[in-house]
Amino acid sequence: MTHPTEQEPLLIADGLTKWYGRQLGCRDVSFDLYEGEVMAVVGESGSGKTTLLNLLSAQIAPGAGRVLYRMRDEVTRDLAALGEAERRLLARTDWGFVHQDPAMGLRMGVSAGANVGERLMAVGWRHYGRIRGSATNWLHRVEIDPARIDDMPVTYSGGMRQRLQIARNLVTLPRLILMDEPTGGLDVSVQARLLDLLRGLSSELKLAVVLVTHDLAVARLLSHRIMVMKEGEVIETGLTDQVLDDPQEPYTQLLVASVLPA
Amino acid sequence: MRPVLKLIGVSKTFTMHLQGGLRLPVVAGVSFSVHAGECVVLAGRSGIGKSSVLKMIFGSYRCDAGQILIQQGIARTDVVRASPRHLLALRENMMGYVSQFLRAVPRVPAIDVVAQLQFGNGTSRDGARARAADLLQRLNIPDSLQSLPPATFSGGEQQRVNIARGFLPERPILLLDEPTASLDSENCAVVTSLIAEKKKRGTAVVAVVHDETVRERIADSVVDLTQFAAAT
Repeated sequence: MTHPTEQEPLLIADGLTKWYGRQLGCRDVSFDLYEGEVMAVVGESGSGKTTLLNLLSAQIAPGAGRVLYRMRDEVTRDLAALGEAERRLLARTDWGFVHQDPAMGLRMGVSAGANVGERLMAVGWRHYGRIRGSATNWLHRVEIDPARIDDMPVTYSGGMRQRLQIARNLVTLPRLILMDEPTGGLDVSVQARLLDLLRGLSSELKLAVVLVTHDLAVARLLSHRIMVMKEGEVIETGLTDQVLDDPQEPYTQLLVASVLPA
Repeated sequence: MRPVLKLIGVSKTFTMHLQGGLRLPVVAGVSFSVHAGECVVLAGRSGIGKSSVLKMIFGSYRCDAGQILIQQGIARTDVVRASPRHLLALRENMMGYVSQFLRAVPRVPAIDVVAQLQFGNGTSRDGARARAADLLQRLNIPDSLQSLPPATFSGGEQQRVNIARGFLPERPILLLDEPTASLDSENCAVVTSLIAEKKKRGTAVVAVVHDETVRERIADSVVDLTQFAAAT
């Protein structure tokens, strides 16, 4: 982040709009995201946050606007112009998606080690020993006892499952991670541990992160920038401390004022 | 020589939408300059907007009007108009800020809270930790506390961790918001000498301090914000 001008953005959202029939998903959302940058998207449920994540990850197609992504060969391309196979390869290698419910991002019926190893096999790793070695290493990094490598995720606690989902995503060293309420539904103490882990990993690996959350404390701790959404539109953006300490819009002021002090 | 930091006509009004759009003018037309190695102390009664001015310089608060110019080599940047990304880079390279309270991060030991800003900066982690340990030691935070997260520390201890965190990086501008407010006289003296050392190394300091003795020892000039009070 020392030389802000020398690099192209990793991800560009340009006028993204999505209608579900007559129901607005989101309208005219634009932003740039660079490597090493964590952007939080905050707003109440129904504000279009999840629609935006689905648009960014090309799981749904926009009605208008486009998503541009700088590929590993440094060429920036329009996701809509990629073939299905290219998009799938991106999703399996260069992107990660951390769901609120780990069961959605994990395969609950196979072992923890296989959950992590699967992403490596999808990118062509074949050597069993190396896959297992890498899985062990990642379990360790997300603070899961490697002795649990052969256990099924159903035997894991909620916090462990979430950390396993993160390991599964990071094992291919992606550059972009999309997170949908990653700490929702976890105990406060478990949350703190997960937040600390995410903070460390995102700065260490220079990840670009889009973090959807309704928890402003989570946004404060993890993000550099905040985008506030309401009824499908972006109403305020800025550095995290700007938006939280000096909110400009009525709705943002309401959000900030509604937080219970701990 | 050009000042490192220059404020021209800086104004700020808070609009409280939850109170029916109530407008609270804070300051208007704030102008002053700070040169390398100089310390400017902001003065005026409580509520006059001293902390707000510091926060505008750091970019946490937005300005309604004016310019906040930062000189970096031959480049000059206006904080008020800088993009978020540019502002982050500007902070990282140019500005240190010691807030009134430490925002404790769960689980992170005090020594890492202090050393963190140095990680991934070319210096090794061990090097950064060693410097952090020295600084904490000087501020009378013993080894035994350094490895604990500061959430359970006393107010004074937390503030000293906060000071160490803000003082460790060598940046051309240092913003201090009541750094000595919750400290005893011994620690107050330590902070005063730390500020003097910073000035000697060419740091431009802007400080809010109420303590008369501290103010007299560090201030090269005093800017009384009363003259910039916004008309209500």
